[in-house]
Amino acid sequence: MSVMKQMATARRQNYWDLRAAGNFIGGGTGVGLIVAAAVALMMGEGSYMPLLIGMASLSLGLSLVWLEIGKPWRALNVFFHPQTSWMTREGILAGPVLIVGGLAFWFHSVLLTVLAAALGLGFLYCQARILKASRAIPAWSNKTIVPLILFAGLTEGMGLFLALSEPSQAFVLAGLALGVLFEAVHQGYLFSLKKRKAPAASLECLTGPMASGVVLARISGLALLAVGSSGYPTAVIAGGVLLMVSGWTFKGLLVTRAAYTRGAAIPFTPTRGRSQAKAVGGF
Amino acid sequence: MTRYVMVADLRRCVGCQTCTAACKETNGTPPGVQWRKVLDIEAGQFPDVSRVFVPSGCQHCSNPPCMEVCPSTATGQRDDGLVTIDYDLCIGCAYCIMACPYEARYKVDETAFAYGGTPTESEKLKAKEFPIDVATKCTFCIDRIDAGIAKGLVPGKDPEATPICVQGCISGALRFGDIEDPASGITELLEENKWFRMHEYEGTEPGFYYLWDKEAPL
Repeated sequence: MSVMKQMATARRQNYWDLRAAGNFIGGGTGVGLIVAAAVALMMGEGSYMPLLIGMASLSLGLSLVWLEIGKPWRALNVFFHPQTSWMTREGILAGPVLIVGGLAFWFHSVLLTVLAAALGLGFLYCQARILKASRAIPAWSNKTIVPLILFAGLTEGMGLFLALSEPSQAFVLAGLALGVLFEAVHQGYLFSLKKRKAPAASLECLTGPMASGVVLARISGLALLAVGSSGYPTAVIAGGVLLMVSGWTFKGLLVTRAAYTRGAAIPFTPTRGRSQAKAVGGF
Repeated sequence: MTRYVMVADLRRCVGCQTCTAACKETNGTPPGVQWRKVLDIEAGQFPDVSRVFVPSGCQHCSNPPCMEVCPSTATGQRDDGLVTIDYDLCIGCAYCIMACPYEARYKVDETAFAYGGTPTESEKLKAKEFPIDVATKCTFCIDRIDAGIAKGLVPGKDPEATPICVQGCISGALRFGDIEDPASGITELLEENKWFRMHEYEGTEPGFYYLWDKEAPL
């Protein structure tokens, strides 16, 4: 039997919209900012304000999810399934991040800020695993999604940190390195999607004009950071903003536009009348 | 141990959608929601092309990914393999919809009718019962199964205890029963025919088998 193609039935999910994307954006940027603040404080620079803004960003993201769910007054039920649900685990970690972060801000404690950053990284990891567990959506369940979401969040947060503070040259270079790493992971993710035959529509979205514009914005941001590292604060601010906004736009695309299902697939057509069974490539 | 499964014989299915209509009538699903649907798939390369009708819906997997991700424990699984949703626990986050490789789950945010604002007679009876803002899916007509068993009937054998889509199927393409019971006919069907389950690589162990050819004689 020769293996032949079959009609693709992939379709875009329409249940998670910009509000859901907002959780990944707010959470990622918030955690990235808290981590950047913790590192800066450990190095003896920066202030506690980025920590506060990071927590606000994370809280805003969670609020957007609350607006999206069908039964918001039952939101506490989200805590019922820590055994296997990454959404429950994300919810459980959110509280400690905000409490420890709040205490760190109140007492101006570097140690507590570092602890909040560590908890925040756990929160961000849960967000990445939420997408990874979404088996209906190949663009999310791809094995490279976890490092992608982690690097996206850290890069967005670092971008905002660079734009908000007056960072040292070392920090600007660290932001530059982080952005380069994120882009490398992003390219690896696209390669993996192609290799694993993700739905054509997902690939079209993630490599189309808008996605290319996002990559261009990120590279421009990195170029500005490279220039800014030689002592041009305005370039650092612009570069930081571009890193952050390009990360946000990418997540918006990923959650709302590129989220195509795999669709139904059959490995064989049936024997019927004179028609013989055929292998048709599905699995 | 009982394990209820459904079998769809692709050689028999003619794509008439009677199962879909029977399901909608029985469960009062609103427009756009099809707990039991029949996909119309074209396969092959011209001139050797086939059109295949594939009944689909919740596969009542042994390892349901929807249950794994559900943060509220609203999605559960009974000992007989049926995957359930507790509408009173569900928060309507739609995460299970993202996790189901079979696109079997739905969430609607308002009551809607097939012909605009005026409900049909059957919609009048069912519309109030249909859950809004929470995840829904095929139940394998769990209420019919349970009521039938309570009367001493056998699901898959006795019409009253059998899912309505199987009851409605005009060509005998859909069959239902306990795969662990040799007398159910299901084991026989699977032994005598070649079959596959959809997206098996996901490790979901679906409870929905598709027959596509006779098993070669020994």
